[in-house]
Amino acid sequence: MKKTYLIEDLCCANCANKIEAQIKELDGVTSASLNFIAQKLFVEFENRIADTITASVVKIATKVEPDVTVEEA
Amino acid sequence: MTKKQKKMLKKILTAAAVFAVACIFSYLLPKFPFQQWISLVIFLIAYIIASGDVIRKAILGIKNGQVFDENFLMSLATIGAFFVGEYPEGVLVMVLYQIGELFQAYAVGKSRKSISSLMQIRPDSANLLKDGDITEVSPEKVAVGEYILVKPGEKIPLDGIITDGTSSLDTAALTGESLPREVTSGDFAISGCINLRGTLTIQVTKAFGESTVSKILDMVENASARKAKAENFISKFARYYTPVVVILAVLLAFVPPLILDGGFSDWIYRSLNFLVVSCPCALVISIPLGFFGGIGGAAKQGILMKGSNYLETLSDTDAFVFDKTGTLTKGNFKVTKLVPMEISETELLQVTALAESHSSHPIAVSIVEEYKNVCSFLNDASSTTLVSDVEELAGFGVRAVVEEKEVFAGNLRLMKEKNITVPENYTELTVGTAVYVAVNGKFAGTVCVEDELKPDSASAIAELKKSGIQKLVMLTGDKKAAGEAIANTLGLSDVHTELLPADKVTHLEALLEQQSAGHSLAYVGDGINDAPVLARADIGIAMGGLGSDAAIEAADIVIMTDEPSKLPAAIRIAKGTMRIVRQNIVFALGIKVLVLILSALGYSNMWWAIFADVGVCVLAVLNSMRALRLK
Repeated sequence: MKKTYLIEDLCCANCANKIEAQIKELDGVTSASLNFIAQKLFVEFENRIADTITASVVKIATKVEPDVTVEEA
Repeated sequence: MTKKQKKMLKKILTAAAVFAVACIFSYLLPKFPFQQWISLVIFLIAYIIASGDVIRKAILGIKNGQVFDENFLMSLATIGAFFVGEYPEGVLVMVLYQIGELFQAYAVGKSRKSISSLMQIRPDSANLLKDGDITEVSPEKVAVGEYILVKPGEKIPLDGIITDGTSSLDTAALTGESLPREVTSGDFAISGCINLRGTLTIQVTKAFGESTVSKILDMVENASARKAKAENFISKFARYYTPVVVILAVLLAFVPPLILDGGFSDWIYRSLNFLVVSCPCALVISIPLGFFGGIGGAAKQGILMKGSNYLETLSDTDAFVFDKTGTLTKGNFKVTKLVPMEISETELLQVTALAESHSSHPIAVSIVEEYKNVCSFLNDASSTTLVSDVEELAGFGVRAVVEEKEVFAGNLRLMKEKNITVPENYTELTVGTAVYVAVNGKFAGTVCVEDELKPDSASAIAELKKSGIQKLVMLTGDKKAAGEAIANTLGLSDVHTELLPADKVTHLEALLEQQSAGHSLAYVGDGINDAPVLARADIGIAMGGLGSDAAIEAADIVIMTDEPSKLPAAIRIAKGTMRIVRQNIVFALGIKVLVLILSALGYSNMWWAIFADVGVCVLAVLNSMRALRLK
């Protein structure tokens, strides 16, 4: 499955890289790419984690950058 | 500026004002009791106002285990400055850092806007026409076969066929072409174009997800997923850079004073500079921004890149392999020469066109087309009254009776078959196709039909040569004479003719093997039957992507118009983008390393460190934005 998230208020490009790297390491995620300029995160993952993926993304994003807002697009 | 940025600006100004008061208290006023303490308190107030979110985020960061985060490092550096007694420096560095961050956020926001404005092709709604009623619905809700209404000034939301109305379409957002395209009922309407004049009724042929506009948006938005080597290098570099600089800072603070005996606060001050410089943001942001700008700038010209890696590959491409028909030539036949014998040119054209008027063969169609252009007063009705007894002779040509004369039109074999002598100087007139015509058993002349070169093919090839591309090869299924003639006209270095689609792959593989390391090979085709070749090349470039799904799917780069002249433009953009990216890497790294060395030796201060952090970042962002304007 594929999902796109809108991630706003990312203040630094390096944080975007960190978020991307950590999401890639999630179990069941096949690919992840965070476009800092478009503020969009594209995630491809196996169906078995479909229920938890959004929560995991939010958790990682707010851990790296407390002030971001994550929204499913 | 956003609300948040305005609030930040106010904070910075307040902090600066309080800082000025603190300076007056500690330096300008005459000595008074507790002066030291009072000014320290005022400095602290200024610091707290300026630091705002930074300290809060730093604490949250520690809680979340994000030790090497920018906020934490900045807090540590500035608080450290207070501890070694450099109060004004601690406040000022925080103020400058905030100004830099503000400016950076503003610049990034600005570039974000200018890039996304390029992509303003997403339609918001469609006017669904059902039982005479018009309802506004989201484009996803419209099904294939339904009718939609597009008013002047609106974007066409879905691909379809125009059933009613005449208008001109602005395709600039898709193709970069500024000349509007005239359309009328029966024409194909491509989503993403803007309807300029009349109201159009369109029967939808593709669901929104399959429409051109969705395909293009998808492609551009996903472009960032295919990262260039330079981007991967930088994100890897960033992962090690910060920890390494921080460790160096710790060593710098404690090792030299232990060896050299004392002077702790001086060495700690030097190591605090390291902490300020340790953020890799300038690099991490400016490189993808440069690529994104390059992709955006190319999109503005109707060149779609599927990833930043292709910009990188294109910039070191030194060989181009072309398909002929539909790529360098228009793929439609045109009468290029009329060589009559004992009759006039018009008579030859007329008799041939009338004889061929019932045929659907592309060559016959092109002759009839030419006839209509020359003698526009004659319409289809006249041909039916003048022509009778039409007989198609498969593999030879046609026989027809035109104005009570028996006409044969076809190849040389047909003439031989009918015992008609063709004078020698009437053969070999063209590299294309020759149609020989006989009237009442007597040879009447030759009509030459050729595939036309695109008007900008020659200049595109010349420009590619000028930009240093040595190897220009054409692979075509066409016959030898036709292929070689075109290769000669254009000045290509090599040509392989009479190839089947599978042969093209073999030839391309041979060419790929000849490539020297570090140089790439691009294949340019129209995506119609050369998808395997497009996929096999280092870069597959499809021409005329507008409306062709196959091309968009198979290629790495899609040129939305039919113009080969976009190829040199794509190379210029790729090279320009790479130049900007390299400048940013060298500039940002160079300044940082320089400031680190000067700090270690004690020749630098926190001011320079701040410049090496946010100042460099802002300059790199501004430099990246030039990529958007590359042509």
